[in-house]
Amino acid sequence: MLHIDNPILEFKDVSVSYTPGKNAVNQVSASIERNKITAIMGPSGCGKSTLLRAVNRMHELYPDIRITGEILIDNQNILTMNPMEVRRIAGMVFQRPNPFPTMSIYENVIAGYSLNGIRLSKKEKDELVETNLKNVGLWDEVKDALLKKGTFLSGGQQQRLCIARALALKPEVLLMDEPTSALDPIATNRIEELLLELKKDYTIVIVTHNMGQAARISDYSMFMYLGQLVEYDETQVMFTNPADSRTEEYLSGQFG
Amino acid sequence: MKDKIFRLLLMLSAALVLFICGGMVYSLVSGSLEAFGHFGFFKFITTAEWNPRPDQEEYGALSFIIGTLMTSFLALLFCIPFSISVALFTGEYFRGSKLSVIVSSVIELLAGIPSIVYGLWGFYALRPLMEQLNLSTQGFGILTASIVLAIMIIPYASSLSSEFISMVPKDLKEGAYSLGATRMEVIRHVILPNSGSGVFASYILALGRALGETMAVTMLIGNTENIPRSLSSTGNSMASIIANQFGESDGLKLSSLIAIGLLLFMITAVINFIGKLVISKFNKV
Ligand SMILES: Nc1ncnc2c1ncn2[C@@H]1O[C@H](COP(=O)(O)OP(=O)(O)OP(=O)(O)O)[C@@H](O)[C@H]1O
Ligand SMILES: [Mg+2]
Repeated sequence: MLHIDNPILEFKDVSVSYTPGKNAVNQVSASIERNKITAIMGPSGCGKSTLLRAVNRMHELYPDIRITGEILIDNQNILTMNPMEVRRIAGMVFQRPNPFPTMSIYENVIAGYSLNGIRLSKKEKDELVETNLKNVGLWDEVKDALLKKGTFLSGGQQQRLCIARALALKPEVLLMDEPTSALDPIATNRIEELLLELKKDYTIVIVTHNMGQAARISDYSMFMYLGQLVEYDETQVMFTNPADSRTEEYLSGQFG
Repeated sequence: MKDKIFRLLLMLSAALVLFICGGMVYSLVSGSLEAFGHFGFFKFITTAEWNPRPDQEEYGALSFIIGTLMTSFLALLFCIPFSISVALFTGEYFRGSKLSVIVSSVIELLAGIPSIVYGLWGFYALRPLMEQLNLSTQGFGILTASIVLAIMIIPYASSLSSEFISMVPKDLKEGAYSLGATRMEVIRHVILPNSGSGVFASYILALGRALGETMAVTMLIGNTENIPRSLSSTGNSMASIIANQFGESDGLKLSSLIAIGLLLFMITAVINFIGKLVISKFNKV
């Protein structure tokens, strides 16, 4: 049985439905270990994105979506917090890189501040931009083009820019929904290395279709199927000795 | 073979459109030559005189150019806050909901109302109100016409800009929300900047419509041949003076009216050109 010592995030009986009577995520309970990488796997449509988006209260943007159960960040129910605050604590990186096309690279990195109307001095901004672009290994590539639009970058660079943008707000948790699925192997590789670096300071929850990726970078893995959390264990254990036959079938490539 | 015939047909219809446009410009130009020849182009557009007395005939377009620009831009000014609100309502806040569908269809209905109906409404409902409020004597004038014009162009501006606002990718909006932005901040920093050129185009279209609108303006502007000096003063617009006087005109006066038509055509073309220019600049950035 999996034991989580120091959870930063806890799901308690979380269900999410897009249409009444049909749960896209069904009664998921799990705790996420701090400063580790937790991978969420499962066949397409099993509810991975839906679960992830429940954490930063993204579903509230769409009035038809219903959520039951509780999600705690640092032992606090996210529903008792201001949604803007939840989203700053739990940053998100999306499947498709989405830098803001009307903003420069520089402005994209500090977008979390400017969007929220937080005023920073020029020096603070410069520092944020430099540290975070260095964090994602983009600084050397773009330091002479900071005032160009972020959309001029390659897909992999754009995704790293989006990670820098999320990191600039100093979140505690980084929620990543298939962040490398739109990228080539080299760009993917860079991001994987980056995540292993980042884990020192952040907790990462990453949805991935790529089992190799989960095996390479994650400490813990969840396997979801039809909205349910079928299996959750240390990645090593799950990959070598899955407890559920559905996990085994999925890992051996028989469906999904 | 079929392909060739089809291509030929397409080319013919394209040629026809060009031909019609060319013919229109030709007849406008040839019709206005007499007026421009008599007064000179520059003098014609800078003179506010409109005197049909046979022995001292003198015509200038200035009053009407000013009347048209004043009513149109004023209407645009009134229209912007309303249409932005409506566009955000249907394109963002209540996007896809029943409420938004209802509002959108009402707006489409408004866009389909013939301008004479707006004119009547303005004449019988708005004009007495303006009179009571002491905003103009008898209720006619620039302000009254502009308000009705604004109401007429709001549907155009809002339904089109709503399209552009709802086309802003979900990815971007969610990206901004995920950084802790509030709805207002998302609208200000993501939605409006990313739909800016489209929204701008909507206003250009609306302005174009206001510039050429005839019926409702004629019924409300007062139809006096002077430069409007204030919002409450009466005046006339280019389209309206033509509609009012072409039937009883010939010779130099008719030619002057045609010249005003040509000028109106040119102003509209310039406005459209500026619109396209700004849009292409926006898109490049
Ligand atoms: N906006 C939506 N409206 C209605 N149903 C939805 C919506 N988004 C997802 N669903 C449904 O909810 C279920 C879970 O979807 P979800 O996107 O969470 O799957 P996923 O595991 O992330 O899949 P993928 O690997 O393809 O991204 C699916 O059956 C899907 O059809
Ligand atoms: Mg998904």
